[in-house]
Amino acid sequence: MAALLGRSCRKLGFLSSGHGARRSVSTETGKSLNLYSAINQALHIALDSDPRSFVFGEDVGFGGVFRCTTGLAERFGKNRVFNTPLCEQGIVGFGIGLAAMGNRAIVEIQFADYIYPAFDQIVNEAAKFRYRSGNQFNCGGLTIRAPYGAVGHGGHYHSQSPEAFFCHVPGIKVVIPRSPREAKGLLLSCIRDPNPVVFFEPKWLYRQAVEEVPEHDYMIPLSEAEVIREGNDITLVGWGAQLTIMEQACLEAEKEGISCELIDLKTLLPWDKETVEASVKKTGRLLISHEAPITGGFGAEISATILERCFLKLEAPVSRICGLDTPFPLVFEPFYMPTKNKILDAIKTTVNY
Amino acid sequence: MALSRISSRSNGITRPFSAAFNRFISTDSTPITIETSLPFTAHLCDPPSRSVESSSQELLDFFRTMALMRRMEIAADSLYKAKLIRGFCHLYDGQEAVAIGMEAAITKKDAIITAYRDHCIFLGRGGSLHEVFSELMGRQAGCSKGKGGSMHFYKKDSSFYGGHGIVGAQVPLGCGIAFAQKYNKEEAVTFALYGDGAANQGQLFEALNISALWDLPAILVCENNHYGMGTAEWRAAKSPSYYKRGDYVPGLKVDGMDAFAVKQACKFAKDHALEKGPIILEMDTYRYHGHSMSDPGSTYRTRDEISGVRQERDPIERIKKLVLSHDLATEKELKDMEKEIRKEVDDAIAKAKDCPMPEPSELFTNVYVKGFGTESFGPDRKEVKAALP
Repeated sequence: MAALLGRSCRKLGFLSSGHGARRSVSTETGKSLNLYSAINQALHIALDSDPRSFVFGEDVGFGGVFRCTTGLAERFGKNRVFNTPLCEQGIVGFGIGLAAMGNRAIVEIQFADYIYPAFDQIVNEAAKFRYRSGNQFNCGGLTIRAPYGAVGHGGHYHSQSPEAFFCHVPGIKVVIPRSPREAKGLLLSCIRDPNPVVFFEPKWLYRQAVEEVPEHDYMIPLSEAEVIREGNDITLVGWGAQLTIMEQACLEAEKEGISCELIDLKTLLPWDKETVEASVKKTGRLLISHEAPITGGFGAEISATILERCFLKLEAPVSRICGLDTPFPLVFEPFYMPTKNKILDAIKTTVNY
Repeated sequence: MALSRISSRSNGITRPFSAAFNRFISTDSTPITIETSLPFTAHLCDPPSRSVESSSQELLDFFRTMALMRRMEIAADSLYKAKLIRGFCHLYDGQEAVAIGMEAAITKKDAIITAYRDHCIFLGRGGSLHEVFSELMGRQAGCSKGKGGSMHFYKKDSSFYGGHGIVGAQVPLGCGIAFAQKYNKEEAVTFALYGDGAANQGQLFEALNISALWDLPAILVCENNHYGMGTAEWRAAKSPSYYKRGDYVPGLKVDGMDAFAVKQACKFAKDHALEKGPIILEMDTYRYHGHSMSDPGSTYRTRDEISGVRQERDPIERIKKLVLSHDLATEKELKDMEKEIRKEVDDAIAKAKDCPMPEPSELFTNVYVKGFGTESFGPDRKEVKAALP
């Protein structure tokens, strides 16, 4: 599924204006890798290219619980790749300090569900550092990586999607890749971006997604959304693992004669409003889908902005297919999740409005 | 199998088990004094005596309940591998002495709050096997109505406050419970259990400071099984003497594999907490399984270490030796007891398997208080609208 996404990605001609020329990796071949191996490669390259970069977090030394940090400690030494005790607030605060001294701190939070003790550090310290010190100091070298999202049996505390909380904080960036090739390029961009970044990795795809990933050092620009599937009837916007589900819905809709345009947002904060706006002005309909609960989810921000910009071009209300407003359930996960059928129903309802 | 046939035959013929037992051994609560295996190590307090008051009945109860806990955890292991239990499952085998010793020292009015390794604590608080297995398999009859799973067992009528997934988050909660107990003059205490990994969480020290400031009857119990997931304690903590970490708060280090040492320490801690305020107990214990069912448990420790502990310090073996040396039962009787337990567990599993899953409408219940009037929308936000009950 993810390989399908990779092969079909293409930027529309009229979008390249204003975003600068860049080398497209979308058609390059490489080695077949899964998500955690791609992220691992990105980390190897990052540590190799900058001697002042560090990777730390719980259990990263032996490779991490998802194997994203395999081989780093052996190659770069225990002084640059090390384990921390079990204290998220301490880990992120420590990372901010390290970054403030001009280093690249690549912090791993073991599960996005555990990021909340560090929320104060991220919101009050990391996001505002440059602003409140009048640009004397900054922690731009900070990158926080966390696996997020449902896996089928994660329950309350191993499945959450907290991206909406962080999208509300000016001063940090929030990036979510959809596939191995994207992940490697985006992660390298995040690490080298001069602002603090929170990078959520869809844990469901760690082993499931396999794609051809170029072996060299490459970066995918931030704040640029990508149209991964062209269409004329309705625009679908999503990120991360949800795109796989959305693409399945698009394929089913196509059988019924509905042509869907699918956009991967990639960076949620600051997000590429122009690409989505241009697409909605073409199709006249918008559907947003994410795993996080619907109320206050990031889909609400996209909906409000597009409404402001495309009001007269909209043929139907903006549709949001998201998780329900309950804590992430245990046995009820199939009911809670925004599944392909729910999306397909909404596509049809919106198109037939 | 041959074993199960024997036990079913004997169940049909003999009297109910406990009655049969009575004929052969004295369970008339004759007082027995047991010496703990190791002395207590104290920090800022005088350690309690090594001689523990007990009785023959208690000794046998300890054996029976610990064997039940052990059997339950092993059965959960098989169920997980058979994919009947999904999600995460953290097993407690090896640490039974802590649960059992604590229960023996306190009442159901004293509160216990712990992290996610909670199956045996729940059982000790009076939970039934049926509730345990139902909850593990996500069925309606589970103690949390199937909505919590392995990590979220609760029992309000026995003051068992769960069952928490986020490491260390339960300790400030425990201190809050202790505050309520003191405010309501309940003459009860709260035991907040956490592990050696959680001992490095900042919120623990915040809660400890508050408890000490206001003299709350909070007892912080560090179940030190020496590994925080896969990280050995000396890699995570500058000072692995968790009983001393309270600094100005007294502490006691206890051999957590000795149920009587645990009992003595908890009794001591309760008296201390009611009179003087918080105290930290460090239980030196060990888990045979890995951190959870996804962890083989052998990549960060040698199999020799695990089998060494099993041979030298196993809590059930210790009680068994005491039972035999005090002539409270014969080897055969204990073996029969274990077979009974195995059958009991198997029956509970079979009963739980028959139990239905929760109704889909249960997805929306108890998000807020009933009758709050909030709505939850279906996918298209127009047609399906469910009022959250």
